[in-house]
Amino acid sequence: MAAYVLRRLALFVPMMIGIVAVTFGIMQLLPGDPAAVLLGEDASEEAVREMRRALGLDRPWWMRLASYYADLFRGEMGDSYFQNQPVANAIAQRLVPTLEVAFVALLISIVLGVALGIAAAVRRGGLVDAASMLFAQLGVSMPVFWFGILLMYLFAIQLDLLPSIGRGPPLLFAFGQALAGRPAALGESLMHIAMPALTLGLTNAAVISRLVRSSMLETLGQDFVRTANAKGLRPARVVFVHALRNALLPVVSVIGLRFGALLGGAVLTESIFGWPGLGQLAVSAISQRDIPLVQGIVLTFAVAFAIVNLVVDLLYAVIDPRVRLE
Amino acid sequence: MRHRGGNLSLIVGGSIILGVLLFVALGPLVSGYEVDQLDMRNRLQLPSSEHWLGTDNFGRDLWTRMAVGARVSIAIALSSVGIAVVVGSVVGLVSGYFGGWLDLVIMRIVDVFLGFPPIVLALAIVAALGPGVVNLSLSLAAVFWTEYARVVRSVTLAQREADYVTSAVALGASNARILFREILPNVFGPVIVLATLGLGTAIIAESGLSFLGFGVEPPTPTWGWTLAYGTRYLRAAPWLSTVAGLAIMITVLGFNLFGDGLRDYLDPRGVARRVRRTSRT
Repeated sequence: MAAYVLRRLALFVPMMIGIVAVTFGIMQLLPGDPAAVLLGEDASEEAVREMRRALGLDRPWWMRLASYYADLFRGEMGDSYFQNQPVANAIAQRLVPTLEVAFVALLISIVLGVALGIAAAVRRGGLVDAASMLFAQLGVSMPVFWFGILLMYLFAIQLDLLPSIGRGPPLLFAFGQALAGRPAALGESLMHIAMPALTLGLTNAAVISRLVRSSMLETLGQDFVRTANAKGLRPARVVFVHALRNALLPVVSVIGLRFGALLGGAVLTESIFGWPGLGQLAVSAISQRDIPLVQGIVLTFAVAFAIVNLVVDLLYAVIDPRVRLE
Repeated sequence: MRHRGGNLSLIVGGSIILGVLLFVALGPLVSGYEVDQLDMRNRLQLPSSEHWLGTDNFGRDLWTRMAVGARVSIAIALSSVGIAVVVGSVVGLVSGYFGGWLDLVIMRIVDVFLGFPPIVLALAIVAALGPGVVNLSLSLAAVFWTEYARVVRSVTLAQREADYVTSAVALGASNARILFREILPNVFGPVIVLATLGLGTAIIAESGLSFLGFGVEPPTPTWGWTLAYGTRYLRAAPWLSTVAGLAIMITVLGFNLFGDGLRDYLDPRGVARRVRRTSRT
């Protein structure tokens, strides 16, 4: 097991080096001079040259790349050009809101996806099956942000039930308050997160429901299910205890891989709902050509994605020992 | 059962695609309006017998603009997927056929591209290259190509050991001949399935980039642009973005159904599905 973890971690290092290099390369192509943008239109040539030196932009690209690697090695990501603070701080402030909404979205999509998938498989060929699979098809055919806008139009503009933009109290904090007998903050928090999380979770729910359906159908056709039925077990027990556990195996690994799509979807979802997360920060950093910040955000996304996949693979190796031997 | 399901998907998906193509070809002719024909007295009109899908904030006919915008949206989808298919297939063939350190290096590069959140990668590339149809296609292709590289590689790996390849080698066939004449035909099925599904993904991705302000610049009325633009008039004219969103959804649904249906014929072993499931777009 330890060897498996080490092997996985070893693969991670070259990937990070590559991601930094590719991001760096793309950033080199960006038109415009950050120094000139920073100083505004009235800046003298002298001042711009001075600023370029201060930012280290006057050095050749390979020196800048090398010193960026060296910084990373020391655990630093440099300073943002426009935010007046270290990149690490800017990211730290935005990371929790993004993880919050991604986590709730993942939860929604798993519950919805697994429920629909099981219902469709058990009632194969029936109305429930057709309805679930129609939902699944529409869910992957819809631009996610359009779904978010429809939700916003319905629940915020027409019905005035939910706040259209912004984030409530931090979810974990609100949860603690609720446990201490003060549920108001949790209500507030959930009202704000409902639409962004549902928007973000929709595509995922659709993907998971199709996967659970096909995996469940395969499992339901196997001998041990027939045996369980023949023993006279209640149908619910056969489905939920015997079949589901096996049917969920392939789903686990896909859920991990879908987490990346979830983080990417956060970029759009956060822009619609004014959610103060990493996705919004990424869009503004790219628009402003804030190179150190873009680098830092991309790395953070990549690290988060890699960690989730590592955890999923480890979980998988625990559940299914055959994986470890590959 | 499975076979019939595939048939139905093909028929429904194919009909939708055909309908969209007809709309694109004939839509502007039958509406009686020009794409950029302004009419300030009839701004933000609801759909009517005059304007079948209503008008936008300059009084331009939405039906006409949707039909014309579709050409650009579909052109971007076709070219981004086309580039991704060609690049991904060549990379996958080479990687799978030659193996060894070359395969190792190429697959690590693929991993690097998969490590990016797709939309962030596309955004950064569009920002770097500047707006425009060609640059948008390139940026989307940079996200999509890994999918094809992985599928083609896995098919190539399996075929490399097949008897017919061994005999071709024994007959003295060149590497190029074996790659392109012997192995390449095997990848057509999964790649066509993936590409059909990919067209839908590309249309959705274009709309997302437009929404963030990184799409094709006005006055080109791509669907994504109309949708993104319509959200500014959500209170006054909610049908603007609704019409654009529906158009995107129906078209993507067509490609998805058609792709699913094709899979049953062209890729019965499900190579494309396995990769698609794990893809992040």
